[in-house]
Amino acid sequence: MTENKDANQKNESDNQEEVDLSKRQFIKTAGMTTGGIVGGILLGSFISKPFKTEKYEPASEDSHHHGSGSHNTFTEAMQFFTRSEDLLTLAAATEIIFPEDENGPGAIALGAPYYIDKQLASPWGKNTDDYRKRPFLAGESPLNRGDTMLTGLRKLNEVSQSKHNDIFDNLEEDAQIEILQSFEAGEIEMNLVSSAGFFALLRQLILEGCYADPLYGGNKDMEGWRMREFPGAYMSYVDTVEAKEFVKKEPMSLSDHM
Amino acid sequence: MAKKLDKVDVVTVGVGWMGGIVAAELTKAGYKVVGLDKGKEKDIKDYLHTHDEVRYPVRGEGYEKLTNETYTVRNTLEEDARPIRDKSTAVIGEGIGGGGSHWGAQTHRYYPYDFEIRSKTIEKYGEEKIPENMTLQDWGITYDELEPYYDKFEKMAGISGEPDPNYPERSDDYPTPPLKKNRQMLLFEEAVKKMGYNPFVIPAGTLSEQYTNPDGETLNACQYCGFCGSNYCEYGAKADPVMTVIPTAQKTGNFELRTHARVIRVLHENGKAAGVLYEDTRTEQEFEQPADLVVLTSYVFNNVRLLLLSEIGKPYNPEDGTGVIGKNFTDHHGVTSSHGLFDNEKFNNYISTGAYGMAITDYTGDLLDHHDLDFLHGGQIEARITGNAPVANNIVPEGTPQWGKEFKEKSLFYANRFLMIFSQKATLPYREHYLDLDPTYTDANGDPLIRITWDYSDNDKAIHEFIQEKHIEILEEMGATHILAYPMPEHFSGGLAFQHNSGGVIMGEDPETSAVNSYLQTWDIDNLFVCGASAFPHFSCTNPTTTAAALTYRATEGMIEFLKNGGQLVEAKSQKNQV
Ligand SMILES: Cc1cc2nc3c(=O)[nH]c(=O)nc-3n(C[C@H](O)[C@H](O)[C@H](O)COP(=O)(O)OP(=O)(O)OC[C@H]3O[C@@H](n4cnc5c(N)ncnc54)[C@H](O)[C@@H]3O)c2cc1C
Ligand code: SF4
Repeated sequence: MTENKDANQKNESDNQEEVDLSKRQFIKTAGMTTGGIVGGILLGSFISKPFKTEKYEPASEDSHHHGSGSHNTFTEAMQFFTRSEDLLTLAAATEIIFPEDENGPGAIALGAPYYIDKQLASPWGKNTDDYRKRPFLAGESPLNRGDTMLTGLRKLNEVSQSKHNDIFDNLEEDAQIEILQSFEAGEIEMNLVSSAGFFALLRQLILEGCYADPLYGGNKDMEGWRMREFPGAYMSYVDTVEAKEFVKKEPMSLSDHM
Repeated sequence: MAKKLDKVDVVTVGVGWMGGIVAAELTKAGYKVVGLDKGKEKDIKDYLHTHDEVRYPVRGEGYEKLTNETYTVRNTLEEDARPIRDKSTAVIGEGIGGGGSHWGAQTHRYYPYDFEIRSKTIEKYGEEKIPENMTLQDWGITYDELEPYYDKFEKMAGISGEPDPNYPERSDDYPTPPLKKNRQMLLFEEAVKKMGYNPFVIPAGTLSEQYTNPDGETLNACQYCGFCGSNYCEYGAKADPVMTVIPTAQKTGNFELRTHARVIRVLHENGKAAGVLYEDTRTEQEFEQPADLVVLTSYVFNNVRLLLLSEIGKPYNPEDGTGVIGKNFTDHHGVTSSHGLFDNEKFNNYISTGAYGMAITDYTGDLLDHHDLDFLHGGQIEARITGNAPVANNIVPEGTPQWGKEFKEKSLFYANRFLMIFSQKATLPYREHYLDLDPTYTDANGDPLIRITWDYSDNDKAIHEFIQEKHIEILEEMGATHILAYPMPEHFSGGLAFQHNSGGVIMGEDPETSAVNSYLQTWDIDNLFVCGASAFPHFSCTNPTTTAAALTYRATEGMIEFLKNGGQLVEAKSQKNQV
């Protein structure tokens, strides 16, 4: 893989430490253990952002001049989730499924958790274009996508608590992987939806959050595309179609065509 | 109370490819046509910004919304059917242009063998070769009779291609030259030629150069933009009813298009169609549209459902094989595909069109001897470059987990190092495979949904085994470092990928075994025509639209003849093909 790595990616991977840190830091400030409880409400969850996503600095000005170019995070708040602990569990799971590595950012730095929150808040998250008439037969889930995700994320924590006496987010990576594998295999008993069904939706949403056009809030600065040398939304390749060699192109997003 | 409207000459139910062709040909001939479509209005202005993987292929913008209606599926007669609930798995076009606005535009013709499949099979192998429950039928038309209409469709749509060396029967060249060959295609070409096959560039309605069709509509040159099948073309470079037949009809001044108009029933009395009953989906107001000629062009499922709901024709009974409406349904999504991974190559996989690649037909139809094979017909083999949109394309060597560190590493490494070999196979009909009305599930109005009873057959599985071995040989010859040969799913799930279904209102010579004659005119009601792949007695190897459109072009000549002189256009013959 290293032969493809360009200068950008090399620089980016130097930031790895920092990203990890920022995630840990969030866990300290907003996690269950540290937030003060006032009248039954977790104070920490009001004042801190669940996790940082802007840490993944593109290496050069040049590398993102086509992108949104902006690091404002006004759009990074909760539209669907109501408990920050759900978003936190989700974030931890996204990073296990699509981790940061020497190729580039992981799901958190790419904005996948906020992407997922937005998708679940959309009509798609409520299955509005789907056929929902009863009866639901054996093997069908009556839950909409939003409820499937909530049920699954809370089950992740429940299983973590019962196995390791801690929430999912606080577990060691190996324990997190093992729990996700048991969900994927459908081994966890869940109400109204299978754990495999939840896992499939989670994995699909994470890939989308890493690779969808940045207009939806994921694939930050097109770094997901850059890692795989996918050029995104180009209008024409007539001039490259017959090339005998691989042609690397700086990615473009739909916003470049507005 | 339904509001009764003024009578028109012709009403079409649905304005996709088939509805568009009917509208263009009949309005040009001077008839007043009303096109009713339950979906929304659409033109090229809506096509900007379709380079969006999540919105188009993944979520299915442009596919039929299932909120109010869907179809149900079971594999055998004994099971309860379940509804297909997720919009993105029911890939059926909705709205003006129908599936023709977001199709891949792969446009092969069917083979001469297809149209006379039963006779030719018996002639060569004897009747015993056809399994007892395989309801194989001749189509009541020959390739030679249909050829001029293939040519007409190709010229209307500007198809780019070169002749298939195995099937030389063409009256004219494709109107535009084949698409450019890229590196992957050259690799495939070299390998299969060495192996003795006859490759050719896949014919496509993504045009290699700008072209003006005989109706004066201009299509532009394809940009190989990589967001094609499942997306609209913002260049106007893809043959699409919205760019061709619909404007042709509109220019005549004889065409009225009504959107959000969902047809509920075909109205008929004393063996004559009186018109259709439809509702405005926004207001639920019902309208009666009287017409001299009613044409169903609402795709396989709706064509069959409307006939059953309107009590037209004898419903098919799978127990004794009598009746015709719903008969010989096939699903054509059981493709055989294999990936080759190339550790030492890097392709520009992001460059593609909807039907980009090369094909060989050496294992189709009756080009291969079936005496010692345990199947009939066969499959085409294609090297397909389908783009590498990153949500859908994460191809990793066998044994790699589907998530986590190793998955990320490998899926990035192979993102531009894979190539797909793909086979669409002929899907033959069986007595117990059919469409009827579901006993449990209904649409928002309380009308029963259409129910599919269908599963993969032994014939499908045998072709799969046979053809996948060829895939592997080809990929080895091409120098793939890993070969992923995917097994066929055990059962049909009901999910669609590219709207390839057929049958249910099949054509033939005998009213006992077919629902329409070779002009797609129903045997029961002279002024009712049913157009589309619903007329196919079986599904051949390749995509349906070219053949459905050729049959529909021919049908429009029949419609004009009928409007002039009335009556049945074909004399019924009885008991030839019966199974
Ligand atoms: C992703 C994709 C890729 C494809 N690729 C290819 C390809 O490469 N090659 C190929 O040959 N084919 C391809 N197809 C299939 C092709 O699109 C269809 O065969 C073709 O569009 C069928 O045309 P039609 O006119 O019969 O039906 P449609 O195009 O489906 O049109 C039917 C119309 O009827 C309307 N309608 C339905 N019910 C009602 C009702 N009750 N009242 C009023 N209106 C109604 C619908 O809104 C729709 O507009 C593809 C399809 C898809 C979705
Ligand atoms: S590949 Fe060609 S025909 Fe298809 S959408 Fe792009 S430009 Fe249009």
